[in-house]
Amino acid sequence: MDWDWNFVWEIMPTLIQGVKITILATILGSILAAIVGLGIALARRSENRIVARSVGWFAEFIRGTPLLVQLYFIFYVLPDIGILLPPLVAGVIGLGLHYGTYTAEVYRAGIDNVPRGQWEAAKACNLNGRHTWTHIILPQAIPPMIPALANYFIAMFKETPLLSAITVLELMNQAKSVANTYYRYIEPMTLVGAFFLVISLCSVVLLRWLEHRYGRIER
Amino acid sequence: MTQWSGYLGLILQGALVTIELTLMGSVLALIMAFLAGMGRVSRFFILRAIATTYIEFFRGTSIFVQLFWAYFVLPFAGLSLTPLQAGVLALGLNVGAYAAEVVRGAILSVGREQYEACTALNLGRWQGMRHVILPQALLVMLPTFGNNAIELLKATSVVSLISLADLTFQAQVVRSQTGSTLMPFLSVLIIYFALALIISWGVRTLERRMARGLDGVRV
Repeated sequence: MDWDWNFVWEIMPTLIQGVKITILATILGSILAAIVGLGIALARRSENRIVARSVGWFAEFIRGTPLLVQLYFIFYVLPDIGILLPPLVAGVIGLGLHYGTYTAEVYRAGIDNVPRGQWEAAKACNLNGRHTWTHIILPQAIPPMIPALANYFIAMFKETPLLSAITVLELMNQAKSVANTYYRYIEPMTLVGAFFLVISLCSVVLLRWLEHRYGRIER
Repeated sequence: MTQWSGYLGLILQGALVTIELTLMGSVLALIMAFLAGMGRVSRFFILRAIATTYIEFFRGTSIFVQLFWAYFVLPFAGLSLTPLQAGVLALGLNVGAYAAEVVRGAILSVGREQYEACTALNLGRWQGMRHVILPQALLVMLPTFGNNAIELLKATSVVSLISLADLTFQAQVVRSQTGSTLMPFLSVLIIYFALALIISWGVRTLERRMARGLDGVRV
């Protein structure tokens, strides 16, 4: 067990390439999760019982099963019915869908926290359903839930190494391929851990700031 | 059709490995959670520092990285682990770090007057913890522990990547042997979901049973 700094500098550019893909996947996945979550939360409040129930069950199912298997499902099963996705796209869809079911709960809590009076006032002002949502409910519901959403996006960031299992060349996969080429595992694996630790610690600082900025609910 | 039963047997074998991992990982996670969670509310700075470092480290890096580190890097330090040992170690330590925060939160959620009552009855710190605080805190922890156990169950799928023959691994084996994709992945998803349902049902039952004796105590 000896640490070789020369080797570290040699593999650094490759790992940085991986970090870029990891961050790209996280950002795209977060955007998708934010949209999917809102969709699920709205569908579960739908007047139509069948829609609300089936979306609820679907979300529950996704939340109860591992992301890795879902990624395999998207990557291996969909091509059989003619949908061929590049690995990164499959990965982003998997991440977005999985975390969308989590963010849906955040949206639900946020929407439930908007006082009843706001709904009634919207009705009194003769706003229709869409205007009530876009102008009254969501602008009040979303800022307090930003810290909770960010929390899930950080969690998603930590799950991106799973994308290496469906051949996305992100940080973990790059590290594995360098490790297998040179048969040195200590440096690449430790560096991956260090990258994750540094980025997570930075994002904790960001989260604290978000909580400070948006977390307080003013009534 | 006859060969499906053979493949199904393979998948069920994988389910056994997954269950085994979940159980052993949960036991380790529970031990770590109490050690680190009580460490964080300790009087001694050094214990608090150790517990905080452990928690931040294992929450900040991804489970995937920890598993690979345990499996590929520790052998270079002279500590060779079998895939099962590495899996249990990584899962237990990772989920233990999350659960430690639950333990800390639950201990802090017990009202001040309970602590004062302990002092009034001349109970020592440990006695008070053991007989007054923990029995109440345990009930607060239980639902979140259930969620943590489900997270652990889902995280076990990652060990398939270090060649441990769990559910996900067997699904891949069936896929590569039969070329069929829908059957293995769908059945594995359903088994995972069923296991998750069993965990949440078990925790709810346990919660009801434990709440029984505490009716008069809780406000």
